[in-house]
Amino acid sequence: MSLVSQKQVRRGAIRIEDAVKIYDPEGAHILAVDHCSFAVAPGEICMLLGPSGCGKTSLLNAIAGFHRLDGGAIYLDDEMLCGPGRRAAAIGPDRIVVFQNGALFPWKTALENVAFGPVVQGRLSKPEAFARARQLMADAGLGGHEDAYPGQISSGLRRRVEIVRALLNDPAVLLLDEPYRALDALTRSVMHEALLDTHARTGVTIIFITHDIEEAVFLGHRVVVMTARPCRPKRIFDIDLPRPRDIGIVASKRFRELTAEIAGTLDAEALKSFARGEKEGHAA
Amino acid sequence: MNAVARRRAPMPRLALTWFRLGAWLRSPKPCLALAGYALLLGFWYLSVEVFKLPRFAGMPGLTSVFHEWTSRNPTYGISLYIPVYWVHILVSLRRIGIAFLLATALGVPTGLMLGWSRAFKEYVFPLFEILRPIPILAWVPLAIIMLPGSELPVIYLTFLASFFATALNTMLGVRSIDNSYILAAGCLGASSLQTFRHVIIPGALPFIFTGLQISVGVAWFSLVAAEMVSGQFGLGYLINTSYTSVEYPTIVIAMLTLGIVGYLSSAMVRLAGHWLMAWRVPQLVTDGRR
Repeated sequence: MSLVSQKQVRRGAIRIEDAVKIYDPEGAHILAVDHCSFAVAPGEICMLLGPSGCGKTSLLNAIAGFHRLDGGAIYLDDEMLCGPGRRAAAIGPDRIVVFQNGALFPWKTALENVAFGPVVQGRLSKPEAFARARQLMADAGLGGHEDAYPGQISSGLRRRVEIVRALLNDPAVLLLDEPYRALDALTRSVMHEALLDTHARTGVTIIFITHDIEEAVFLGHRVVVMTARPCRPKRIFDIDLPRPRDIGIVASKRFRELTAEIAGTLDAEALKSFARGEKEGHAA
Repeated sequence: MNAVARRRAPMPRLALTWFRLGAWLRSPKPCLALAGYALLLGFWYLSVEVFKLPRFAGMPGLTSVFHEWTSRNPTYGISLYIPVYWVHILVSLRRIGIAFLLATALGVPTGLMLGWSRAFKEYVFPLFEILRPIPILAWVPLAIIMLPGSELPVIYLTFLASFFATALNTMLGVRSIDNSYILAAGCLGASSLQTFRHVIIPGALPFIFTGLQISVGVAWFSLVAAEMVSGQFGLGYLINTSYTSVEYPTIVIAMLTLGIVGYLSSAMVRLAGHWLMAWRVPQLVTDGRR
């Protein structure tokens, strides 16, 4: 995978094989994910792009272990997370989800939030974890906000603190479920650059759900365009824009070509989904 | 936004309490409160002692009540200078204290379990829903038959209403917690016991304290009801005996005393809530409710 940064990254490969997820509310079988297969390389930023309610979140939740698959398997670095005989992956700090609406604990300060993982896992003592957390927050440009409660800082800062909280656990994969959806456009572009910066420093694999084409092209090594429900990859785009990327790149010719091409692929799916009147968000 | 972001360190709790008290004193609220009191007392004074309205004739007037209350030698035997008055208050407070602590100590864990464990809820909640609507007064005979002495039935009745209020609100508190917090704790490697301690308990705290506020309220309500039928001391008992022996000013003294102690007890619960939930203050302030 030549597109991935040159840094030596070995862990964080995700392989999804023939994943099937069926929801069964009131006996109506709804096929959310249908024989979906694709792989994510270690250190890759893989953008899952699809119409609202297409089942992207179901896939992400299955990787995280929040719910079971009804068929197929998911592997992390060739180790089966879930598959035949084991329908749900264990929830654990090797795959950390950053939620759409944010899930920093409001009753803990930013620092306590960031230090939470290693402390509950018993990996670090409290003072060690706090020192590491302070360090990592400073590296991410979040110094000075350690003692604030989440309610005291802006939503953009909260998202960044949440990503730092995940990184302190040294996860193999970060799973981001439209984390910037609720932010305004200006804050969002700041978030994008911060995320790319974080990725350049850590080389963590990122699977990122979005329905914003520009966001997908700006951040991703690859963009996986998903079909409307049932969800499976329709087409995978390699984003051959140079790195490091900054906001200027959105004006480049290649960026516009890619977004136009992806938009064309996505449009048909969006129409299908719209015609069915899908509910936004976690419809499935 | 920046001003909020820059005020990093949450104020130490004591400073926060002082700050709120100061802000309250500087606002027009104390004056309005005084005006409200003056209005009520004025109505009382005018209707009973000045205009002597028909149905108000038998009522003790404002001046006679306050004269009695502050007299060293009260006509009906109860005033600030009479030790028995304080005994009544202390006995009631002691009952409230025991019942409220017991209701909290049992109600909060019960509520947490009801919200947290599906199996526990399946067993216990139907029972809960049958027992909860039974009015406290309906429990009086059974309480007296079941429990020895006069003290235990009163405490039991006071406890009962508080317990249900606390447990129910705690359960709702647990169920109000956004599922993402629980999933996030799991992702970060927390065991279910750790999730319980770090997410469920603090997450339910706002509802728990709403429950405790209601709980002190209903505790006083059922205490007075219970003291009217049983017991030898207490403010409810005082009201009842003063009624039978036609000592009307004493009734009003006991009522006002109940109002004051009741207010102080719920203010203490509120203060404890602010103390434990300092994290909520900035959020509530930015939301514009406090």
